[in-house]
Amino acid sequence: MSVLVFLDQAEGHVKKSSFEAASFAAKIAEQTGTEANGIVLGEVKDDLQSLGKYGIKKIYHAADAQLNQFDDEIYTALIADTVKSSGSNVVVLSNNFNGKAIAPRLSVRLKSGLISGAVGLPDTSNGFKVKKSVFSGKAFANVEIKTDIKIITLNANAFKVTEGSGTATIENITTQIPRRKVNVREVNVVKGEVPLAEAELVVSGGRGLKGPENWGIVTDLAKALGAATACSRPVSDSGWRPHHEHVGQTGLTIAPNMYFAIGISGAIQHLAGVNRSKTIVVINKDPEAPFFKAADYGIVGDAFEVVPKITEAVKKLKGQK
Amino acid sequence: MKILVCISKTPDTTAKISFTDNDTKFNESGVQFIINPYDEWYALVRAIELKEKDPSTIIHLVHVGPAENDAIIRKALALGGDEAFRINSHPGDDYYVAGQIVNLAKEQHYDLIFTGKETIDYNGSSVGGMIAEFLELPYISLATKFELNGNTATITREIEGGEEVDEAALPIVVSCQKGMAEQRIPNMRGIMSARTKPLKAIEPVAIDPLTSISSFELPAPKQGVKMIPADNPEELVRLLHEEAKVF
Ligand SMILES: Cc1cc2nc3c(=O)[nH]c(=O)nc-3n(C[C@H](O)[C@H](O)[C@H](O)COP(=O)(O)OP(=O)(O)OC[C@H]3O[C@@H](n4cnc5c(N)ncnc54)[C@H](O)[C@@H]3O)c2cc1C
Repeated sequence: MSVLVFLDQAEGHVKKSSFEAASFAAKIAEQTGTEANGIVLGEVKDDLQSLGKYGIKKIYHAADAQLNQFDDEIYTALIADTVKSSGSNVVVLSNNFNGKAIAPRLSVRLKSGLISGAVGLPDTSNGFKVKKSVFSGKAFANVEIKTDIKIITLNANAFKVTEGSGTATIENITTQIPRRKVNVREVNVVKGEVPLAEAELVVSGGRGLKGPENWGIVTDLAKALGAATACSRPVSDSGWRPHHEHVGQTGLTIAPNMYFAIGISGAIQHLAGVNRSKTIVVINKDPEAPFFKAADYGIVGDAFEVVPKITEAVKKLKGQK
Repeated sequence: MKILVCISKTPDTTAKISFTDNDTKFNESGVQFIINPYDEWYALVRAIELKEKDPSTIIHLVHVGPAENDAIIRKALALGGDEAFRINSHPGDDYYVAGQIVNLAKEQHYDLIFTGKETIDYNGSSVGGMIAEFLELPYISLATKFELNGNTATITREIEGGEEVDEAALPIVVSCQKGMAEQRIPNMRGIMSARTKPLKAIEPVAIDPLTSISSFELPAPKQGVKMIPADNPEELVRLLHEEAKVF
């Protein structure tokens, strides 16, 4: 019995969401009196032993260049084999793009129940139940897994990374790698930007900004804060911002530490994607904007006047430190 | 070319979310139900577009649910599609639903299986991947573009901070999201013809769900908003730094 966490890497570096997943897995192991191990696929530049500080005892590593590029079918095969050979009974993945592609496959391959989008630790007092986000962030469900092996994907920013002092041992896995059926032709990643799904701080703009030429006030504030940028649906529908910035019921669901909304009315479909953010700030010139009801801090005012001043104040405060 | 589009029924996006029976059941009273937006706007409409290009294409719809859901299936047929199957049962969990669809797919041999990115009620994002694994097919998740050239599909999928362009030979399973197609509204002819399109109810195969929902809860309400005067934005920054400690 043990917990196995899939540690996702991109370009040789383990992702931040995987540190959350590792901390979460270690806590489940502690809860159930077993140990947590990790699996890394592909060549990495990071020191994998140091992942022990998140409570991981052993890392199974398949350092094969053929695995550097993600493939859900191949990754599933290797993870499933490792689950079996290590006798793991809980499998943890991040509920990110890769996790969403692998977890359902694993569920079928291992004939084991899956809970996607967990927001907290399992309740093992009577069976095995995990709280997950449902209705696009408007509610939670406590879901029970009935099979011996349990598969959980963890929502971003739902569990705090905890660091200790351990060192992980590395066990190399060498294995036959199945044939790739999907050929990756192109990968286009915007470099140097904080990926929205994992971001701790998000600055977002709505139709109140009037047009793409005015986005400077959003990106300036985001840059000063080290935040990712997002937008409401009509903004991406009009092509003012790229599709991947669209948050809400039909876009990305996010739960950053702070969501800073500028010129967004706060329609129910928009709120569905952001209302799990820890702190919500709303800047809107309409005091009746529904977003204020979901906010922690608000300013009624013209974004074009207020936001540059906020950016200045952030820069000043950061510069002083 | 034979395409299967998976259709799910969800509460309308503005529906009030509340629960009954000791928080174990979704309260359906006064709630309007719709076709899951991802299934309708992206999966179904993209399939219809492919048929418009190649009229020999056959589109099947499948829904796992009780007879009362026929109205939702007819709505989907009003947009397009040649024939629909309703697997007559209550969808137990994602594994159960995927297993039922796979049973149909094994008889019908589809070149393409489209699902939505996720349902807007359970947010599982898992039925597509499960179908692919059952059938040992490639799975392209969270696709934003789909082009077909003979037997080869070129698909753009979303990845962290960007996108990836993939190529795969049919048959494949694709989960569809924004970008795949433009939302459509059914026209009168579509609505009329939907009434006579075949909608077959088929009995489910025996599958045990692997998970079950024991209860629901609503998030704790917000404490209330703290308003800061527009002429003092510095105060907001101070509060965010010292009180909320967000940076
Ligand atoms: C099925 C369905 C799904 C949907 N899914 C989503 C979704 O996923 N995400 C989403 O965002 N929307 C979604 N929507 C759309 C949603 O209902 C709203 O229409 C949308 O969120 C509104 O975007 P907005 O707030 O940017 O624009 P608006 O509603 O136009 O609001 C603009 C706001 O800016 C303010 N403003 C104007 N000028 C200024 C200024 N100078 N300074 C400060 N404030 C200013 C105005 O007071 C107003 O509140 C969906 C709708 C449907 C029907």
